[in-house]
Amino acid sequence: MTGDQAISNDLGDRPLAVEVQGLTKRFGDFTAVDDVSFSVAQGEVFAFLGPNGAGKSTCIKMLCTLASPSSGSAKVAGLDIVTRAKAVRRQIGLVFQEQTLDDQLTAEENLRFHAVLYGVPRDQVDARITRVLELVALSDRRKALVSTFSGGMARRLEIARGMLHTPRVLFLDEPTLGLDPQTRALMWEDVLRLRDEEGVTVFLTTHYMEEAEQADRIAIIDRGSIIALDTPHALKAAVGADTVSLETSDDASALALLVAEGYRAEATETGITVFVEDEEAAVGPIVDTLGGTVRTVRAHRPTLDDVFLHFTGREIRQSHGDAIPMMARAFGARRG
Amino acid sequence: MTAITQSTAHREVAARDTRFSDELRVAGMVWERELIRYTRNRTRIVSGLTQPVLFLFVLGYGMGSLVGSTGGFNFRQFVFPGVVAMSVVMTAIFSAISIVWDREFGFLREMLVAPVSRTALVLGKTAGGASVAAVQGTIMLALAPLVGVHLTPLLIVEVIALELLMAVAMTTFGVFVASRIQKMEAFQVVMQMILMPMLFLSGALFPLSGLPRWLMVITRLNPLTYAVAPLRQVIFAAQNMSPAAQARFAAGVTINGYVLPIWIDMVIVTAFALVFFTLAIWGLSRTE
Repeated sequence: MTGDQAISNDLGDRPLAVEVQGLTKRFGDFTAVDDVSFSVAQGEVFAFLGPNGAGKSTCIKMLCTLASPSSGSAKVAGLDIVTRAKAVRRQIGLVFQEQTLDDQLTAEENLRFHAVLYGVPRDQVDARITRVLELVALSDRRKALVSTFSGGMARRLEIARGMLHTPRVLFLDEPTLGLDPQTRALMWEDVLRLRDEEGVTVFLTTHYMEEAEQADRIAIIDRGSIIALDTPHALKAAVGADTVSLETSDDASALALLVAEGYRAEATETGITVFVEDEEAAVGPIVDTLGGTVRTVRAHRPTLDDVFLHFTGREIRQSHGDAIPMMARAFGARRG
Repeated sequence: MTAITQSTAHREVAARDTRFSDELRVAGMVWERELIRYTRNRTRIVSGLTQPVLFLFVLGYGMGSLVGSTGGFNFRQFVFPGVVAMSVVMTAIFSAISIVWDREFGFLREMLVAPVSRTALVLGKTAGGASVAAVQGTIMLALAPLVGVHLTPLLIVEVIALELLMAVAMTTFGVFVASRIQKMEAFQVVMQMILMPMLFLSGALFPLSGLPRWLMVITRLNPLTYAVAPLRQVIFAAQNMSPAAQARFAAGVTINGYVLPIWIDMVIVTAFALVFFTLAIWGLSRTE
């Protein structure tokens, strides 16, 4: 493994929302979560990225006190997840993979029910309901039955509900599973707004690269262990440099000009590739240097797909836990 | 900015331990949800009435001609309290069994992961199921004049009280069964194998006197028997029945020739309710 140096967990003296020490969960011989340690600062958006079956959900369940660790310890909002389980539950919001709304009730009734379950003071209930519905842009559906909601709206209502009791940490387990890209984008707007306006720490699991990209920091988890942990930018930087690829009317003189300017550049079959620190910042100066000779510019930064491949030697899409063998077995059985 | 001050205020609340008043508030909310769902579902109200009405009129007239009347008292009048009990029992069980639906649609999880006790949840569910069932049973009383059963204000109060007791017992029983059921299909089996025999062997539809010994023993072992009998006793007491009719259409439970007083029946039903209330809490604690 090449990834030890990729685990950077120095949060300075920022207040911590989640602190995990050597957390482990075994089911018989199988170790679902293997000696995991990390911290999440208050107000961070933190993503667990990994294929299905990597141990993300098991880990999040332990942090939410829905499963007890085999060994190790963790604190959420400063409270021990084992000895203060009930207090932890009051400090966290939960959104599960599967829907947990009562669709025969209205949005407001679902929220009111939740407010009582979590002990929101009576005189604050109405204001909080108004507030969280605003946060997810569902104010106009307040009195509507949840059975009339689309999947995306229901999911956003669940996020609003998770925020209703002003939790310190909002846990979202695969929150965009089964949502179309447009709804997914809307949901992300909601999540970032929650973080900015309510100061909540958002802890989510996902196996979508594009989604993890939005987080402040990402922990890549594979086979129960964290193999890389850093900001999306730093993780990608660890994999390789950004590049700017160019086609010009005269590649040879363009290359000479760039090298003279101090760029690290080389000729390729179709044009020139320039290796830069930050592709976005570099495009402007490069084009300025070459003047009107530039025909096409393509900037590339390593993606999280590259990152995952780099640290695990596999692509995330090929490594969905044991889902593929199981499907193969199912098909095999059907044929047999 | 108001959001920030609210948040801090609320966090202080969140940090303290759960109080008894919070638990009561949760039970109240669970109860309210049952009522909302009941009133919102008109088809459930109507379909809940269909079966008892069928029993009252079809069985009442069908069997009535066979049984005939004694001292001006007929089979329809006899079966009426049983049919009221039947609608209470079915509504209570349906209400309790909605936990299986809640499990299927995920809402049970929302309740079980919340920082509240199972006792508060079961208490609310029981109160909800009992209220709804008592309402449904009381709607049935509107049919009393059609079958020649007289009602007085006092009788209605007595009937509602007994309906509530019966409904509490059956709801706790239903919540316990539902807590052990994972699939909706299993619910059908439970209905067929437990509820129907319990109803038929409770004396709801036939007098408990003069039965073959084996049937007599089974009816006396059925807890529902002790819920149905008091209902019939208070209704019959208001009917001005002749001694002959009272002998033929016996209302109370007799054991070795001794007619159990209503209060003993009620103690038995209360004990049943307490046992299943405890079992229901235990059953729900084992999930999640």
